[in-house]
Amino acid sequence: MSGAGVSLDRRLRLQSGRAGRYEAMCEIRAFEDRVQAMFFEGTVHGTTHTCQGQEAVSVGIAAAARPTDTVTCTYRGHGHALALGMHPVTVLGEIMGRRDGSVGGVGGSMHLCDTSIGLLPTFAIVGAGIPVAAGAALTAQVKGTDDAAIAIFGDGASNIGAFHEGLNLAAIWNLPAVFVCENNQYGEYSAIHLTTPVENIADRAASYGIPGQVVDGQDVDVVASAVGEALERARAGHGPSLLEMKTYRYAGHSRADTAPYRPEGEFDRWYERDPINTYRTRLIEEGALTAEEAGEVEARVARRVVEAEATAAAGDPATVDDMFRNIYAP
Amino acid sequence: MRKMRMNQAVATALADEMRSNPDVVMFGEDIAVAEGPFKTSAGLLKEFGPSRVRDTPISEMGFLGAAVGAASTGLRPVVEIMFIEFIGVALDQLVTEAAKFHYLSRGTVSVPLTVRGSIGAGLGFGCQHSQTLESWMYSTPGLKLAVASGAGNAYGLLRAAIRDDNPVVFLEPRALYAKREPVQTGEDAIIPLGRAATVREGSDVTMVAMGAMVPAALAAAEGAPWSAEVIDLQTLVPYDKEALLQSVSKTGRLVTVEENPLTGGWGGEITAFVTSELFGDLQAPPVRITCPDIHVPYGRELEQRYLPGPDYIARQVGSLLETGTRPPHWWETREVVA
Ligand SMILES: Cc1ncc(C[n+]2csc(CCOP(=O)(O)OP(=O)(O)O)c2C)c(N)n1
Ligand SMILES: [Mg+2]
Repeated sequence: MSGAGVSLDRRLRLQSGRAGRYEAMCEIRAFEDRVQAMFFEGTVHGTTHTCQGQEAVSVGIAAAARPTDTVTCTYRGHGHALALGMHPVTVLGEIMGRRDGSVGGVGGSMHLCDTSIGLLPTFAIVGAGIPVAAGAALTAQVKGTDDAAIAIFGDGASNIGAFHEGLNLAAIWNLPAVFVCENNQYGEYSAIHLTTPVENIADRAASYGIPGQVVDGQDVDVVASAVGEALERARAGHGPSLLEMKTYRYAGHSRADTAPYRPEGEFDRWYERDPINTYRTRLIEEGALTAEEAGEVEARVARRVVEAEATAAAGDPATVDDMFRNIYAP
Repeated sequence: MRKMRMNQAVATALADEMRSNPDVVMFGEDIAVAEGPFKTSAGLLKEFGPSRVRDTPISEMGFLGAAVGAASTGLRPVVEIMFIEFIGVALDQLVTEAAKFHYLSRGTVSVPLTVRGSIGAGLGFGCQHSQTLESWMYSTPGLKLAVASGAGNAYGLLRAAIRDDNPVVFLEPRALYAKREPVQTGEDAIIPLGRAATVREGSDVTMVAMGAMVPAALAAAEGAPWSAEVIDLQTLVPYDKEALLQSVSKTGRLVTVEENPLTGGWGGEITAFVTSELFGDLQAPPVRITCPDIHVPYGRELEQRYLPGPDYIARQVGSLLETGTRPPHWWETREVVA
C-alpha cells in the first residue's frame, strides 16, 4: 500500500487538471473528519492534529512540487502527506499503529514519512523542520541538481529560534528553499496576534533579505502558482523565499481541544471562504466540472476513506520486534 | 487531607508559593488564559494577574532565557515546558547558563529558577513526546532535579523547588496528572529537596524508584510473597544517600526501577554508589529495571510493553530473590520474529 508506485500515481492526479485538485482537497476533508471521529470514539488513542480548512495549502504545494523536492512538515501532517501522494491506508495505518502504516505503526499520527514523494519524517517539535529543509536544499545545491526543499510550518513556529536561524542560513547560502508558513491564526490556544507583534509573518522575510509574500491560502490555484514561482526562483539559483498562507483551522488544535477561545462568528466568516466549497462553485461556473461530477468526486472520496479504514483496521498491528528495528542504520 | 488530582496539586502549590512570595512569577505556553494544556495553572491568572502569570510565544529558548535573567536579578520564576522534549531548544540556557551562573559570579549571583516539565510514556503521544529525559539533566552540576510520583508529593516538592535558590528541574509524570490522592497542603507539607521517602517498609529487598515508577513498584510489592521496601527518591540531584544506605544495609538487596532507557539511566549511578559502599553486605547483585534502549513506541500495547509494569517488576524481583542472580531483561530473552 505504501509502495512508491501508488504514491506517485496519486500525485499525478494533481497535474491532470483542476478536478484532480478538487478531489485531493475533498479527500483530505473526508479523511480528517473521519480521523477526528475515530479519536472521539476512542478507536485510536493518543493525540492527533487535523487540518480541515487548510486543504488548499496542502494540495497547492503538492501540485507545484516535484516528487524529488524534499518536504518537511509538522505533526499537522495528514493533509500534506495525502496531497503529496501518500495513500489514505498508509496514513490511517500509522494512526492505528499498523505495520502497513507510514512508519510501520510505531510513530503514530504525528509521524509520517515517505521519501518516494519527498516527505522526510514529519516533525512533532515546533520549528524543527525549518532548518532541516535548509539542509535538504543544501544537498541539492552541492550536488548540482535543480531540486528544491519546502518547509511547511505554522504561524506559531515563526516565533521560535529555528525559524529565524533556518531562514537566515538559507538566505546567506542562497539555498533553493521555499518556506511556507501556514497561518491558521492560532498556535495551540492562543490567537497569533497575542504572541506575534507583526501582522504579516511574510514581513519577517525582510530581516533575511529574501522575498516574503502573503498568499490566499484558501485558493488552491493561487497557492499552487505562488509556490510554483518560488520553486522556480529557487531552482534557478535565486535563493529562498517565505510564503505566508492565510488560512484557518476548523477543528481544535488537537484531539482534546474544542477551541472555546474562538471569538463568536470567526469560524462562520472563514467558512464562507471554505477552500473546497468555493473551488467547487468556481469550477462549476467555469464549466470545468459539472455539479454531478462534483457529487461523484465527493462520493468517491467518502468511499475511499471508508475502505481505507477497513483495510487499515484489518492490517497487522506493529509488533514488539518492530519496536527494536531501525534504531541505528545498519 | 483533601483529595486532589496531581495537576490540581501542582496548581495549588504554585498558588501557595505565589501568595507567600510576590517575586514568584510564571510563564509558559498557554498557561495563563487557557490555564495550561494540562490544567496545572488553573485559577492563577485570575488571582495573580497578567504581570505575574504570562503566556509566551512558542519560544522556549526565549522564555527560559528570560527566566534565567529574571531569576538572576530578583524574581523567582517558574517556567513550564509543556512536554519535557521541548527543553531541547532551550538547553543552553539551563545547563550552560543557569547551572553555572553561581560559579561564574564567585557566588554573587544565584538563579532561583524552577523549570517544570511533563514527562513520560503511556498516553500514546509517540516518541517525540513521551520521554522522561531525566538522564539529560542529572549529570549537570549546579542543577537540581526532582520528580513527582503523584499528587501527594507534587505539592510539597514543587514548593521546595520554588524556594530553592538554585535552578531546579521539576518533572511531572503526565500519566499521573488525572490521578487523585490525598494531599497535605501548607508550610508543613513542604518536602525538602534531597530527601527520599520510604513509601513502603520491607525486609527482603530495597526497590528504588521515581516518578511514575513509584506507583508501579508499589503495585508490584503489594501482595508479593517477599517483603519489599520501596523508596521514592523524589529528588535525584542531590539524592538521599543516607536513606539508600540505611535501607539496603537492612535488606541486602537493591533493585532500581526507572522509566528510562537502560544505558545512561540514573539506576546506574545509584547502583554504583550503593555497591561501592555496601559491597560486603549485599546478598545478591543489584538489579536495574528499565526500559530497553529504544524509542518510545506508539501503539498502546507496545507502549505498555516498553514501560516496566507491576507484573514485570514483580517477576524480576521475585526471580532475583529466588535465584540470587540477575534476571535477564525481557528484551534479552525475546525470540525475534522477522
Ligand atoms: C518546541 C515546541 N514547543 C511547543 C510545542 C507544543 N506545540 C505543539 S503544536 C503547537 C502550536 C503550534 O502552532 P503553529 O506553529 O501555528 O502550528 P499549527 O499547530 O497551528 O499548525 C505547540 C505550542 C512543540 N511541539 N514544540
Ligand atoms: Mg497555527
